[in-house]
Amino acid sequence: MSAITGKAVGVETIGMTMRFGAFTALGDVSIKVPAGSFHALLGENGAGKSTLVKCMMGFYHPTAGDILVDGREVAIASPRDASALGLGMVYQHFTLVPSLTGAENLVISREKVPGVIDWRKERGDLAVFMDRMPFKLPLDVKVAELAAGEKQKLEIIKQLYLGRSFLVLDEPTSVLTPGEAQEVLGLVRDMTKAGDLTVLMISHKFHEVTAFADDVSVLRKGRLTGTGRVVDLDRKAMAAMMIGDQPIAALDSRAEPKPDAEIVLKVKALKAPDRTGLKSIRIDDLGVRSGEIVGIAGISGNGQKEFLEVLAGQRPRDAGEVMVRGTAYAATRAEARALNVRLIPEEPLKNACAPKMTVAENISFRTFDIDSNGKPVSWISAGAIRAFSARLVEQFKVKTASLASPIASLSGGNVQRAVLARELTGEVDLLIVSNPCFGLDFSAVAEIRARIMKARNAGAAVLLMSEDLDELLELSDRIFVMSDGALVYETPIAQASVQTIGEHMAGHH
Amino acid sequence: MDATEIGLWGVPLAILGGAIRVSTPFIFVSLGEAITERSGRINLGLEGTLVFGAMTAYAVAVMTDSPWLGLLAAAVAGLCFGLFHGWICKFPKVNDIAIGIALMLFGSGLAFFFGKPFIKPKAPNLPAIPFGAWSDVPQVQAALDVNVLFLIGAALSLVLWWAFRNTRAGLIVRVVGDSSDAARAMGLNPNTVRLVATGVGGALAGIGGAYLSLYYPGSWTERISSGQGLMAVALVIFARWNPLGCFAAALLFGGAGALGPALQSVGVTQGYYLFYAAPYILTLIIMIATSSPTRSLAGAPGELSITK
Repeated sequence: MSAITGKAVGVETIGMTMRFGAFTALGDVSIKVPAGSFHALLGENGAGKSTLVKCMMGFYHPTAGDILVDGREVAIASPRDASALGLGMVYQHFTLVPSLTGAENLVISREKVPGVIDWRKERGDLAVFMDRMPFKLPLDVKVAELAAGEKQKLEIIKQLYLGRSFLVLDEPTSVLTPGEAQEVLGLVRDMTKAGDLTVLMISHKFHEVTAFADDVSVLRKGRLTGTGRVVDLDRKAMAAMMIGDQPIAALDSRAEPKPDAEIVLKVKALKAPDRTGLKSIRIDDLGVRSGEIVGIAGISGNGQKEFLEVLAGQRPRDAGEVMVRGTAYAATRAEARALNVRLIPEEPLKNACAPKMTVAENISFRTFDIDSNGKPVSWISAGAIRAFSARLVEQFKVKTASLASPIASLSGGNVQRAVLARELTGEVDLLIVSNPCFGLDFSAVAEIRARIMKARNAGAAVLLMSEDLDELLELSDRIFVMSDGALVYETPIAQASVQTIGEHMAGHH
Repeated sequence: MDATEIGLWGVPLAILGGAIRVSTPFIFVSLGEAITERSGRINLGLEGTLVFGAMTAYAVAVMTDSPWLGLLAAAVAGLCFGLFHGWICKFPKVNDIAIGIALMLFGSGLAFFFGKPFIKPKAPNLPAIPFGAWSDVPQVQAALDVNVLFLIGAALSLVLWWAFRNTRAGLIVRVVGDSSDAARAMGLNPNTVRLVATGVGGALAGIGGAYLSLYYPGSWTERISSGQGLMAVALVIFARWNPLGCFAAALLFGGAGALGPALQSVGVTQGYYLFYAAPYILTLIIMIATSSPTRSLAGAPGELSITK
């Protein structure tokens, strides 16, 4: 059985270069991660962070460059070579097998597994191993039943169980509550301090970098743009290294909220079955006024998705009512058009687009069958669709090769821009948004948030569901916390505290 | 004694006997399909494999005069069909369901082509164990005449149930079936694992076919299978991919299949044809009852194309 070796290894890359054809994904990157240190790797999407770690882990064979482990040059031709050297990676997307228990996941991931597994012995060994671990975890339940934070801990424990002493953590906190993130990173930090572990963490979040990392390296467009001790750098300097001199859309200043504005969306005593069909979501009373953003925080899987689906008309409800401006709303196309309700669901390519249809067609989904007076047309005019979408593509800066390209060929940020263009054009009274910036890069995020704020200032009522607490704190006027299918906590933004919201998200109240 | 003397007791007895007799091919095909589906692939071609297995077993048994060699030949033929399916499916953009349907038709067609000369001759049967010898009631004797393959099938379902939890191979099949990414991260090649799982599944379906032609009904005709191979796929879903569940579900289907003949034997002369349809109706009812528009199947392997 493997265990903590008690000795962290240091890793260094020298002149790492990776070319895919004519495209240079990584150019001459040298970073040094000494044994027992906590090193952060910052960069936007596509900056080359994952290319770099994939080269280190043996998934890619770099075009040029060397890797040193504990000062000695090594050849890493495959992930197996990397693990033999004690190098391991915790992926952003969990690599645990959901239908297996924690113990089964650990045992089967070992290099050598006996043909017939003696569970009595394995359980004994695991208990001894877990005693030395900073985390306590139930190993006998299926991974699918674990909370996201527990899965993340199990991923880390798996790497330690396999005897790895250098870990790459790929955005480890993206699915955790603030409390869980603090706990997991704090424990990992303690292990590096004790000299048991070396950590290279890929992150977007400056506050995590400043709180936990010793050193930081920043990549932009495949180049190393800065490196240094975290204590010597402030956020501004790191942000400048990350995004260079490209302009960032500024958030509109928040127009004064009007507490007596019209309540546009009213949800009362709503009940609907959740995904498993075993539990239900219950929204007792929720009102969103014109000109405000109401944020809904919560860990993924607590009913936000189902609530959005009910509002979008994708999920039948058992009881309760949804009213938009005093009219019962069942999310039909006619009602959405009459009441100016617009929807930006999460994963827009999957939920808001027909991936293989063209950009122009996707942008015209709301308007292709009506003329300029709002009357139904009997013949659809391709010319009108093209003209309309050309205008929107221009206005929302959607980068596309052509209007006739399938929308699936666009990058995530541009798909989201196209969907925003469609949903925010024309009069918007109610805007329902879910995780609008998930997986997008810095400048796209800033721009999309600015658009949402603009819609609010123009008088739209906005319901924003997000798993990103920073986003909610930046945009919302009021924040609700959804836990276990119900809204359990409400706070105006002025009194919002990350601590309290986090506790409610975790269901500790 | 004749049927009228034990009266209506003949019906449950005949259903029990029928369940044991009719269920055996279901057991083998569904266990094979369970292994394949647990690895993340669906092989709808097992119907064709079953028919081809039946033909191969019969032909080899006629030629060598040994039912066991026939059984072995059927398993090898099934293995080849399974490996063929697994090999084609490893190519990108190949749909396992479409290949399965193609192989179903191919297997049946090939079996009819090669099987023509074997419709007439008589092959030796697989042996049965007379568990009913203690009774002098012929119906009891008939019902408890249990073929060895049924016992092997029952044992196999127990072994598989145990193996999915307690062996390296079992865990690897489950890993691959639930998450290709996780499997690759562990250094496993999902295609290889699925190839082997589909091959083993095919071999078991071939054995199921051998039972059809070498024991019950016990001869080779072109209409030997009445869709058992396809129903077994439904049965695996009904059994939630659990080998013990497969065994129980196979017994249930077998019992339903025996309902028609049982009623006929006690003198119900009207409408018993309707009861011949019982297994198909049962399939439909089960599929409807276990489906839901709002939630996905519990226990389904994550990589299965029908549950994705």
